[in-house]
Amino acid sequence: MQLNVNGTQHEVDVDEEMPLLWVLRDELNITGPKFGCGIAMCGACTVHINGQPARSCSMPVGQVSGLITTIEGLGTPDAMHEVQAAWVEHQVAQCGYCQPGQIMSAAALLQMNPNPDDEAIDHAMSANLCRCGTYPRIRAAIKAAAQNIREKSA
Amino acid sequence: MSILGKITRRTFVIGSAAITSGVLFGVYKYKQPYPNPLEKNLAQGETALTPYVLINANGVTIIAPRAEMGQGVKTTLAALVAEELDIDVQNVRIEHGVPSNAYYNAAVLEEGVPFPPQDTSSTAQMARDFMHVPAKFFGVQVTGGSSSTVDAFEKMRMAGATAREALLLAASAKLNVAKNTLSTDNGEVISKDGQRIAYTELASLAASVELPDDVKLKPKSEWKQLGRPIPRVDMVEKCTGTATFGIDVLQKDMLYATIKVNPHLGAKCHAFDANNAANMKGVKAILPLADVGAAVVATNTWYAFKAAEKIDFDWARTEYAQSTDELFESAIAAFNEEQQDSQNRDDGDVDAVIGAAGDATIHREYRAPLLAHATMEPMNATAIMKDGQLDVWVGTQMPTYALSEAARVSGIEAQNIRIHTTYLGGGFGRRLEMDFIVYAVMVAKQLEGTPVKVTWSREEDMTHDSYRPFAVARFKGVTQGKNISALDVKVSSPSVMESQMGRLGVSLPGPDSTIVQALWDQAYTIENYRVTGYRVPMGIPVSSWRSVGASQNGFFNESMIDELAIEASADPIEMRLGLITHQPTRNVLEAVANMANWGRDVAENHGLGVALVTSFGVPVAEIVEVVNTPRGIKILNVYVAADLGIAIDSRNIDAQLISAVNFGLAGAMMGEITLLDGKVQQTNFHNYDVIRMHQAPVIHTKILENGERIRGIGEPGTPPAAPALANAIFAATGLRMREMPFNKHIQFV
Repeated sequence: MQLNVNGTQHEVDVDEEMPLLWVLRDELNITGPKFGCGIAMCGACTVHINGQPARSCSMPVGQVSGLITTIEGLGTPDAMHEVQAAWVEHQVAQCGYCQPGQIMSAAALLQMNPNPDDEAIDHAMSANLCRCGTYPRIRAAIKAAAQNIREKSA
Repeated sequence: MSILGKITRRTFVIGSAAITSGVLFGVYKYKQPYPNPLEKNLAQGETALTPYVLINANGVTIIAPRAEMGQGVKTTLAALVAEELDIDVQNVRIEHGVPSNAYYNAAVLEEGVPFPPQDTSSTAQMARDFMHVPAKFFGVQVTGGSSSTVDAFEKMRMAGATAREALLLAASAKLNVAKNTLSTDNGEVISKDGQRIAYTELASLAASVELPDDVKLKPKSEWKQLGRPIPRVDMVEKCTGTATFGIDVLQKDMLYATIKVNPHLGAKCHAFDANNAANMKGVKAILPLADVGAAVVATNTWYAFKAAEKIDFDWARTEYAQSTDELFESAIAAFNEEQQDSQNRDDGDVDAVIGAAGDATIHREYRAPLLAHATMEPMNATAIMKDGQLDVWVGTQMPTYALSEAARVSGIEAQNIRIHTTYLGGGFGRRLEMDFIVYAVMVAKQLEGTPVKVTWSREEDMTHDSYRPFAVARFKGVTQGKNISALDVKVSSPSVMESQMGRLGVSLPGPDSTIVQALWDQAYTIENYRVTGYRVPMGIPVSSWRSVGASQNGFFNESMIDELAIEASADPIEMRLGLITHQPTRNVLEAVANMANWGRDVAENHGLGVALVTSFGVPVAEIVEVVNTPRGIKILNVYVAADLGIAIDSRNIDAQLISAVNFGLAGAMMGEITLLDGKVQQTNFHNYDVIRMHQAPVIHTKILENGERIRGIGEPGTPPAAPALANAIFAATGLRMREMPFNKHIQFV
């Protein structure tokens, strides 16, 4: 089957039931999306499908249609997305394992809501666990990124 | 290892083993450095000036030989070297390096001395310094005990200073000028006439100079990098998905595996039937895992997970407690003289005062459950065994042990094994264990020539942890006026050290101070004061869980002090201050009271709770503010004041305090591992949840530097969180939480 990941078309031959996460990680060597729980309870595997956040660990690849974006496609170390830049500015990451998922959820939130209040942030981000408890800095970085994006587009 | 093997990490009996090892090896031997591990593998034109500084034509590499598991240690340790070497830490390459005794952690044993941390007398200090002797001979490269910065503070700055001195000597020879006419600036030596020579150009020349042994460290006032926020060197890669955790390691033609091990922890696998799994799509092999389970090797981790579900196992059973009720029965049963493990404090005459108080004595019992570490990155390791060589890629907190375990399991000699330490997707003590490394090597050994990544499912990870021990505390307290006149503390739990060291093949002599950690060694002066630890016989494996014994004992002790204050109609902070003479500890309590504006009129349904716990030498005071809503308790604010002696990077310390508070709150609110039918019942985040964004409070931190020496901050913020929350809930609702997790008794929103 065909998959478009970060703008590149891939041909994969796997069981259609295989979750997208494992196609990305073990078939395509795209390791930014992380395995945390396998049951859509931690959000470490979050990617975008047509711009919408999706828990790739629980999405059978056979049901995926559209453009897939992973953390690697959001921005790169030399050309970071506004959300990634805000994460660096606020020094959010500790162990860092959950952060690709956090950042993908945050980027999707800001696509839909350019000025999220605390409640909107709680709603969008509560599916993403962080054992290092970086939540306060995540919240601050989302607000900063939102402001930067708004200022740029103003 | 015979004699030294008995010297354990935190529970060392001063005066016997330390002196034995000192005599055994002699002062000369102690002074002798371990060989520089960098010198074994130097390429042409490379110079290893110390075990921490490698220079070649392309640049400067600093070795930061501690596990980066979120605490920022890679940046902090490299900055210690870079400060003295005089180079911007952002301009160097930083590597974890190879496992080596040269990277032993000298500070990790300091907690084991029989002196409370407030005791800074010369005897206590000498005892702590003495612990460096066995630590060195033990040679364990370990990240734990909030000790990395303490251990590195002198030694890694000295490594940088020594390297800089060598470069100055080399430049002096090259330019034929006196050394004292030269200076340095960000990676270059500068001569009086303005010539600049890059360190990289001096590398080979510096290798031949005699290293000076009278190097002096910069005074704090001259620090350019330390003492202010340093951007973390791992930040950009962690925010762009380009950081490599153990689970991300890629090798050519690699296969993917998972394991299933007996859920009756420690018991064997009698047999397994893999007929239903062997022919499933993608499966390459199903292999026995010694006598504890099986591994499925496949072309994709998910195929391995699916097939592992189809194996029928015949598991042996364990002999120990089979249910949570039995665990707590064993803890209660341990309160007897025979199972007494320690009595590190027995001041005054507790029995007389309690006897005289009679019915006025306040009796309380508290409980804490088993807890899983639940690191975000499930256990995993990648290995290849080929041509008598073994390579292992793994995020581990103990690389030297990983090396010896890999050698033991593979039968390959240590010099033919390479342990590549990756980033850790969380540690919290879980990655002090060897199981995930051992299983990966077992699989690689049976697949000679093929690299294999062994990833545990979350279910396997959750049900095969070594857990924070369950514990029961019993207090008897007597108040007099607004003061505490007697406090009798008894705590019972299995021994973390016995369990953890036992898995490493080391037996534990003497008592385990972690059973009474944060009970006997607090800053309180109470006239009649006794702390007794009781040891529950070994059963389900237990281990270090961020802040170890302090994680449960801090909750017990600080809840009890709060109860006594309320019984005595005393202000909880004033009562505590009345019991404390140690000035830095008083300061953190006073600071946190100011931050939270303690004593203010609190709005209806709101409550403030305070707790003060010293662990790993760091006094930390926290005030939690909650509001009791119709839907449950909401945690609004947490105020934190901590004293680190010297603060190297306030922004990173703030991050560690926030992290530690949320870790402690998660355990207190909702953390519980239960046993049924001999197996752990919680399997994933749906039934072992942790704190999430909507529950996470605003956390305000203040860092003080009044303490006598530098301290580490990975753990000390955790212990006060649970009791401060319990005390705040009491203030808001009148309900007293005497058992964790609190959500058994009250709702959270």
